[in-house]
Amino acid sequence: MRMLRPSWQAVAALVCCLVAFALPGMSTLELEARANPAAVIDYPFMGTGGLVVGLLVLGALASMIRLSVWGEAVILLFAAHFAAWLLLTGIMGYEGSALAPFFLLIAAGWLLVWRLVVVLSGIRTTNRSLEWTLRLVIPAIFGAWLLIIWEAATRGFGIPFILLPPPSSIGVRIASSLPVLAADVRQTIFKSVLIGYVLGCGAGFAVAILADRVDFLRRGLLPIGNMVSALPIIGVAPIMVMWFGFDWHSKAAVVVIMTFFPMLVNTVTGLAASGAMERDLMRTYASSYWQTLFKLRLPAAAPFIFNALKINSTLALIGAIVAEFFGTPVVGMGFRISTEVGRMNIDMVWAEIAVAAIAGSVFYGVVALIERAATFWHPSVRGG
Amino acid sequence: MMSFRDKIWPVSAILLVLLVIWYAGAILMNAPFQRDLNRRGDVDVTFSQFVGQTLSQQKPTLPAPHQVAKNVFENTFLRKVTSNRSLVYHSWVTLSSTVLGFAFGTALGVLIAVGIVHIKALERSLMPWIIASQTIPILAIAPMIIVVLAAVNVTGIIPKAMISTYLSFFPVAVGMVKGLRSPELTHLDLMHTYNASKAQTFWKLRVPASVPFLFASMKVAVAASLVGAIVGELPTGAVAGIGSKLLAGAYYSQTIDIWAALVAGSVVAALLVTIVDLTGRLVERAMGARPA
Amino acid sequence: MTSKRSDVISARKLGLTFQTNDGPVQALSDVDLTIGKGEFVSFIGPSGCGKTTFLRVIADLEKPTSGTISVNGMTPEEARQKRAYGYVFQAAALYPWRTIERNVALPLEIMGHSRSEQRERVNRTLELVNLTGFEKKFPWQLSGGMQQRASIARALAFDADLLLMDEPFGALDEIVRDHLNEQLLKLWARTDKTICFVTHSIPEAVYLSTRIVVMSPRPGRVTDVIESSLPRERPLDIRESPEFLAIAHRVREGLRAGHSYED
Repeated sequence: MRMLRPSWQAVAALVCCLVAFALPGMSTLELEARANPAAVIDYPFMGTGGLVVGLLVLGALASMIRLSVWGEAVILLFAAHFAAWLLLTGIMGYEGSALAPFFLLIAAGWLLVWRLVVVLSGIRTTNRSLEWTLRLVIPAIFGAWLLIIWEAATRGFGIPFILLPPPSSIGVRIASSLPVLAADVRQTIFKSVLIGYVLGCGAGFAVAILADRVDFLRRGLLPIGNMVSALPIIGVAPIMVMWFGFDWHSKAAVVVIMTFFPMLVNTVTGLAASGAMERDLMRTYASSYWQTLFKLRLPAAAPFIFNALKINSTLALIGAIVAEFFGTPVVGMGFRISTEVGRMNIDMVWAEIAVAAIAGSVFYGVVALIERAATFWHPSVRGG
Repeated sequence: MMSFRDKIWPVSAILLVLLVIWYAGAILMNAPFQRDLNRRGDVDVTFSQFVGQTLSQQKPTLPAPHQVAKNVFENTFLRKVTSNRSLVYHSWVTLSSTVLGFAFGTALGVLIAVGIVHIKALERSLMPWIIASQTIPILAIAPMIIVVLAAVNVTGIIPKAMISTYLSFFPVAVGMVKGLRSPELTHLDLMHTYNASKAQTFWKLRVPASVPFLFASMKVAVAASLVGAIVGELPTGAVAGIGSKLLAGAYYSQTIDIWAALVAGSVVAALLVTIVDLTGRLVERAMGARPA
Repeated sequence: MTSKRSDVISARKLGLTFQTNDGPVQALSDVDLTIGKGEFVSFIGPSGCGKTTFLRVIADLEKPTSGTISVNGMTPEEARQKRAYGYVFQAAALYPWRTIERNVALPLEIMGHSRSEQRERVNRTLELVNLTGFEKKFPWQLSGGMQQRASIARALAFDADLLLMDEPFGALDEIVRDHLNEQLLKLWARTDKTICFVTHSIPEAVYLSTRIVVMSPRPGRVTDVIESSLPRERPLDIRESPEFLAIAHRVREGLRAGHSYED
C-alpha cells in the first residue's frame, strides 16, 4: 500500500467509468445502430468511446500512485482534458442524443480535475513567480471546466439554442461579428462610459473639495450622498434620454449622476482620514490649507479615492448599458442586447455580454493597476 | 459619527436649496415649449402668469416638485391598491420580487462563503471568479434572463427574483468571507489552546465576528436587488412594477409619471436599507456589541 | 517680573480648561515657568498631569484659557508663524508615501526653501541623526528607532532653536531608547538648542535634563522643579552614580507627593 495514495475523487471517477462502460451505449443513435446492424447509422464516439474510458481509468489509477506532486498534476491535467476534448468534439453534430455514459464520463473528468485542483491548492511554495502562476492556473482550470460542463450539458441534452447556446458557438459568434462588437464598444465604452466617468468622478471630487472647505456643506452633503448611494439612480435613464436625446450624451449624463455620489462620499471620508498627529505636524510648520491638502490630506485620501474610482468603473458600465435599453441610435452594447434578445439571437446577446465582461474587467484592472502604483505605500498594497 | 442634531440643519438647508434649484430649473426648461405654445395660440400673458403656466404643463420637460408630489399622493393614497395606476400596487410587485431574490441571494452567498472559508480548493478556484464578477456589468444579462425564461413559460416573480438573487449573492459572499476571516490570530490561537473543534470555532468565534460584515454587505445587496428587480421589469412588455412604470412613462412621455415612479423606487430603497440596517443594529446589540 | 531677552519660554499663571461632556477638566492650572536658552528641560508626571498639554500650548496646538505665555518673546501663534520650533511627536508620523529624504524635506518644501538648499540641509540633518545611506528608503522599511530618528531629523531640518519633544521614545524598547537618549544628548551638545522633553520615565528625565519639571494631575500643575547637578558630559553609566540616584529619588518623591491623595 505504500506505493499508493488513494483519493476519493479518483475512486469516484473510476466508479463512473465502470458504470459508463457497463451501460450499453453512449447515445441513442448508438443503441439504434446496435439494434439494426444492417442499417447504416452514424453515431458519435464510433472509435473513441473506448479511448475516453481508457484515458480516464488510466489517469485515475496513475494519479493514485505515489508520484511527485507535479507528476500527479500532469497526469490528471492530460487525462481529464484530453478526455473532455474527445467527448465534446465527439458529441458535436449529434446534439441531444447523449445518454448516461456520456455524462458519467464528463463527471469522471470533472472529478479528476477536482483532484487536480486539490493537489495544486496544497502546493506550498516560496517561489513568488510559481505562486503567482498557481494563483492564475487554479481559477483558470475552474473557469475552463465551467465552460466544458456548460458545453457538454447544452450539446448532450440538446438544450434549445435560444435557451442557452453552447460556449463554442458564442465564441464563433464573437469571431464572426467583430466589426459590430467593435462599433458597439466604441459607442458605449469610449463615448458614454469614459466621458461620463471622467465628468462624474471629476465633479464628485471637486464638490468634495468644496465641501471640505465649507463645513456646513460637508455636514449636509455627506448624509445625503450616503443615502443617494442606496437609491436606484439608474431610474433617471428615461429622463436623461428625453433631455439629452438618443445619442451618447444622455448615457454619459446617466453615468455622471451614478458616479458622482460614490466619488463625493469617498473623497470627503478620505480627506478626514489623515491622522491628528500628522495634521498637528503641518500646523507646527504653519502650513497653508492648500499645502496641507496637497502634501498630506490628498495622499492620505488616495486609497479612498481609488476605491471610488473602482466602484465607479463598474457602475459606469452598468449605467451606460441600462440607459441604452431606453433608446439609442442603432449602435451600442445595451441597444444590441435588447434588440437581439427581441429577435431571439441569444448567441449574439451572450457575445455582447462576454465583451461587456471583458471590458469591465479591463477597465477595473487598469484602475487597480494605477492604484497599486499610486498607493504603493499603503499596508494593503505593500503587504502583497 | 455625527450626531443627529449636527446633521439636521445642514441637510435641510441643502435640500431646500435643491428644491429652489429644481423650481428654477423647471421654469427654465419648460419655458421654450410654453413660449412656443403661447405664440402659436397668440396668447399674451404676464410674467407671473407665464411662470404659473411653466409649472403646470401636462407633459413638462422637468415637472415641478409639487406636480410630482401631487401625482405620488394621488396614486398612493387615493387609488385602490389593486388599481393599475396605484403606486402601492407597482411598488408591491417590485418589492416582492426584490425581497424574494434578496433572501435567496443572501442564503446562497452565506453558504458559498462558508464553503470557501473551509475548503481550500474551493477558495483557490472559486474566489477569484467571485471577485472578478464584481467588476463586470452583470446587470446586462437581466433582459435575456427575462425573455429566455418567458420563452419556456416561466414568467412573473421568479425571473425577476433570479436577477435579484444573483445581484445580491456576490456582495454577500465577498462580505461574509471577509467576516468569517476577520477574527484575529490571537483569538483563533485561543480556540486552538482549548482544543476546540472546527464547528466550535465556527459557531463561537467566526460567526459572531462575521455579523457586522454580513449586515454591511446585506445593505449593499438589498440596494442591488432592487435595481435588479427594476431593470428586470423593463423588457417584460410593461405589465407591472416600478420598472414598467418607468418604461411606460418614457414611452408615452408622461414625465410626471416617471418622476413619481422614481420617488416610489427611492422610498422602497430607503425602506429596505433602513430595515436591514435596523435589523443589523438589533442583532449586534443582542450580541453585546458596542453601539456605534 | 518681565521676561529677559534670553528667556525662550516664559509662562505666568497659565491655565487651560477643556470643556468635555463630563464637565470642565482643568488640564493646566497656575503654571509659572521660565525656560532659558540652551536648557534641556524634562516634564515628568503621571498621565493627565498636563505635561503634553503644556507642550502643545507652547506649540500653539492648544490655546490657554487664562494666564500668559511667550515663546521667544512672542505669542505662541506668532512663534509658530515664524517657525520658531521643531516638534517631535510620540509616533514618528512620517508620511508613508515619501522617502526618508523627502520626509525630512517636507518642512523645507512648505517653508519655500530652494531645491539645492533642501538637499544640503537634508544631508546635514540625516548625518546628524546617523541615517546617512537611508535617504531613498521608505519609512515602513525602517525599524521603529530609525523612524523616530528620521522624525527628529525632520524637526531639526529647518534650524529652529527650540525643539519640543512629546514622549518621542515612549513606544521604543529599552535598548533602543538608551541608545537614542545618548545620541540626543550628543546632538544637543553639538547644536546648542533649547529642548523641552515630555516623558514618563524617571531615569530618562534625570539622564537627559538640566532641569526636571515634576507635574501632577487634577488639576494639572507643577509640583516641583529640580535643577540637575550632573555635568553636561554624561556617559550612560552615570546612571549608576549616587548623584544620579539622589536626583531620581527626589523626582520620585515629588511624583508621590503630587499623587498622595488618591488610591
